[in-house]
Amino acid sequence: MSVLQQSTASVLPPIARSPGYWSGVVRRVSRDPVAMTALMVIVSLILMAVFASSIAPADPFKSSMLRRLKPIGTPGFPLGADELGRDMLSRLIYGARLSLLMGLTPVPIAFVIGSALGISAGYAGGLTNTLIMRTIDVFYAFPSVLLAVALSGALGAGLTNALVSITLVFIPPIARVAESVTTQVRSLDYIDAARASGAHAWTIIRVHVLGNVLGPIFVYATGLVSVSMILASGLSFLGLGVRPPEPEWGLMLNTLRTAIYNQPLVAALPGMMIFITSIAFNVLADGLRSAMDVKS
Amino acid sequence: MMTAPHPSILDERDRGGPAQSLLSVNALVKHFPVKGSGFFGRGGVVRAVDGVSFEIRKGETLGVVGESGCGKSTTARLLMHLIQPDRGEIIFDGEKVGIDLPLSEYRRQVQMVFQDSYASLNPRLTIEDSITFGPRIHGMAETAARAKAHDLLARVGLDPSRFAGRYPHELSGGQRQRVNIARALALDPRLLILDEAVSALDKSVEAQVLNLLQDLKADFGLTYMFISHDLNVVRFMVDRVMVMYLGTVAELGDGEAVFAAPSHPYTAALLASMPKMDPAERTIEAPLTGDPPNPINPPSGCRFHPRCKLAEPVCASILPPLTPSAAGTSQAACLALVPQSGHSHADRLAMPPLDPESEPMPEASA
Amino acid sequence: MSNMVSIEGLTVTFTGRGKPVRAVDHVSLELEKGSVLVLLGESGSGKSVTLRSLLRLHPEKTAKVEGRIMVDGHDIMALSKEGIGAVRGRTVSMIFQEPMLALDPVYTLGQQITEAILRHEEVTPQEAHARALELFEKVQIPSPERRLNAYPHEMSGGMRQRAMIALALACKPKVLLADEPTTALDATVQIQILLLLRALQRELGLSIVFVTHDIGVAVEIADRIAVMYAGRIVESGSVADILHAPRHPYTRGLLASRVERAKKGDRLKTIPGSPPDLTALPPGCAFAPRCDMASQACREKVPDLVTGPYDHAVACLNA
Repeated sequence: MSVLQQSTASVLPPIARSPGYWSGVVRRVSRDPVAMTALMVIVSLILMAVFASSIAPADPFKSSMLRRLKPIGTPGFPLGADELGRDMLSRLIYGARLSLLMGLTPVPIAFVIGSALGISAGYAGGLTNTLIMRTIDVFYAFPSVLLAVALSGALGAGLTNALVSITLVFIPPIARVAESVTTQVRSLDYIDAARASGAHAWTIIRVHVLGNVLGPIFVYATGLVSVSMILASGLSFLGLGVRPPEPEWGLMLNTLRTAIYNQPLVAALPGMMIFITSIAFNVLADGLRSAMDVKS
Repeated sequence: MMTAPHPSILDERDRGGPAQSLLSVNALVKHFPVKGSGFFGRGGVVRAVDGVSFEIRKGETLGVVGESGCGKSTTARLLMHLIQPDRGEIIFDGEKVGIDLPLSEYRRQVQMVFQDSYASLNPRLTIEDSITFGPRIHGMAETAARAKAHDLLARVGLDPSRFAGRYPHELSGGQRQRVNIARALALDPRLLILDEAVSALDKSVEAQVLNLLQDLKADFGLTYMFISHDLNVVRFMVDRVMVMYLGTVAELGDGEAVFAAPSHPYTAALLASMPKMDPAERTIEAPLTGDPPNPINPPSGCRFHPRCKLAEPVCASILPPLTPSAAGTSQAACLALVPQSGHSHADRLAMPPLDPESEPMPEASA
Repeated sequence: MSNMVSIEGLTVTFTGRGKPVRAVDHVSLELEKGSVLVLLGESGSGKSVTLRSLLRLHPEKTAKVEGRIMVDGHDIMALSKEGIGAVRGRTVSMIFQEPMLALDPVYTLGQQITEAILRHEEVTPQEAHARALELFEKVQIPSPERRLNAYPHEMSGGMRQRAMIALALACKPKVLLADEPTTALDATVQIQILLLLRALQRELGLSIVFVTHDIGVAVEIADRIAVMYAGRIVESGSVADILHAPRHPYTRGLLASRVERAKKGDRLKTIPGSPPDLTALPPGCAFAPRCDMASQACREKVPDLVTGPYDHAVACLNA
């Protein structure tokens, strides 16, 4: 190495470096007030989940027949109490733990598996592409809710199985997005230039493909977090996910549905939380998409 | 800075001496299937390259011209092994590529510059990283690869301290094309394929890049294959020229001779189609009517006969072979040049030429 | 009035994201009735922006257009929305580099042309169809009756370009604006289209403004050439004057760098540097940084376009 250095230039002169693409994306997102608000909502929800035990004013499991279905604003129960007399505020705060876990876990796992499948299919093309993508299309043909319910039902009720089934539901759409972006990038001249220099397919994927396709796939996956939340709530609602008495927003929505006529506002609170979280993730995904779309 | 050429490197790799052609191509064929209409519809094939043979001599610039769909870019991609030929062989300095000469070794010696300067650079990589990619995968240490990239940037006229750390979108089209040239040179190739490399540039920038290419050729001892639709640029750049039409070679020969006195009617028509650069001598009549035909179902016999002014019934049935022209400076695939071919001009050929002006050519205003 | 088009002090500033960009800067032009004016320039010279201003095609929100544009007696800048709608197609129409973007992919060419005629004129559908057929014959499309029923994607590049010209001529405009209509075509097809435009211009008495970056194309079609650089006209004159007696250093440099005029293997005389960045133009002559004749005065003040004999105008202190 030192010999080569001597033969050309002993010390490389300093060069002017331009800020990279991702720092530009971060800069643009940070200037987008809507996306930043959404990010702040998400961060506070996560903080709420992490510090639930210190924030929650009461024990979320402590029930009392006397306090059943207290309205919002009852002294000592700012958000009322549920059908077993448990403090709603505390249950909502604790509920963030399981709900966020179920909303956030499947997406990154599906992102990794789906991207791997889609990128391989898109780069290889031909028969490999047909094999991977047609298999995926079989799963894609079912509506996601139906598929999640069917998989969960087949695997049996329980938190882990619910997570697995939601992950499986998300792999096909992510793989399809990954495949289409990769096919696009694959046709560009810089890929041909890299092939012409004799690089191995994996090297080309690592250096030239990943950097140009992961962004769009990531944006798409961010948008799936809200779907994941809703699917997870749905599974819990049907009794296929989290089991009582654990606090989880979907499950809470289920158990409170009998109280919809007595205390409609209290019964709607878990739904509100799901709604706010989903919207926040969707808005953040939109902000990311426009920040990444900007040319030059 | 590295200003001296690398004759030592080139000499080491030279096998057959200057007389052996650097690249020779024998009966190269590439057909692409076309998706048919309907579910089980049977599509045709695009005869993109259909039996093309030529050679590139050491140190020369071979020009390739022709209309869109003539197969010139497909030929380039076949030479780069970016697509696999259906038939035919590529011999590099006496060694059959893929058999005697491993593909990885061949790829270090043949590099390509594409037309679209933006699409041929990875937008997420800095200029420096794009150039060092090739040397790095061939095992060069990072510091050495960077030093090499900086040298090459300086050689193509871009100050490395200003440009090495920048991204493709921050550069102008001409600067990007210089980067692409530097990237292609990073593996010390012997043959550089320039596929419409200056076509997308502004004219004032095009002239700069043409000068640069001439300098680099001399400094690095390169051989060029120069593909372009612009005959004026080709005339200026090349030693020999190959004219392609619908996947076949129409004419092949010495550049100056072909441009001064084309032997194939298609070459003559191509030349006459170029703008005249003189308002007093504007084109009065279009040399060719209609668009270049589709290579899916090429005409029988000579592929040019439906548009040819010299066409006779015999042209529709016989595929003309490449035949030396009267002057011997080029070969053309035209029945009018083949004695006893049945073409009326060929009968005149059989007789001793009376004077050079009676050459059976249409208006060859070059 | 013998001037079909006259532009005075046209300035177009784009105010999208980032810094405002002055793409066209005080351009004044006149186009005589029945003649061809070529706007010649490289990317970013403002030639296409000037052309589009004639039809007020710039988005009003992000483009500030100043100056005065008269086309056949219409004050383009003062017209109402309906007024400009009536001028588009009937007085002035336009053809583009990429016909696929100008033609509607879901209608046949015949439908598009008859629809354009019916929208502007009170004729029966049969008459409109007959006119469409006549137009296809006029632009020399072989077997026109059959091609009228074709969709744009079914035609080759040259035929599509002819079809777009037919569509542009559907409502008998007086001025045709051509934005690099031959750039994407093969040379063999390009010359056919140029000859067609010249024939149509003679036959119909059209006035044409033709934008190109290629001097060769300009020479084949122009009566007069206006050379643009960085949003300004730097030289204008008859095609013979521009070609044989160029006065601006930029025009001279462009001509000197042409490969047609060089012997094989010669070094080309080039204009150093690259085309200017419109967001950071120098205070004086925009060409001064690339000009070997530039003096201090050139760098301080933008030179005026001074008209000499034979209407040959040049904006250079040293010309």
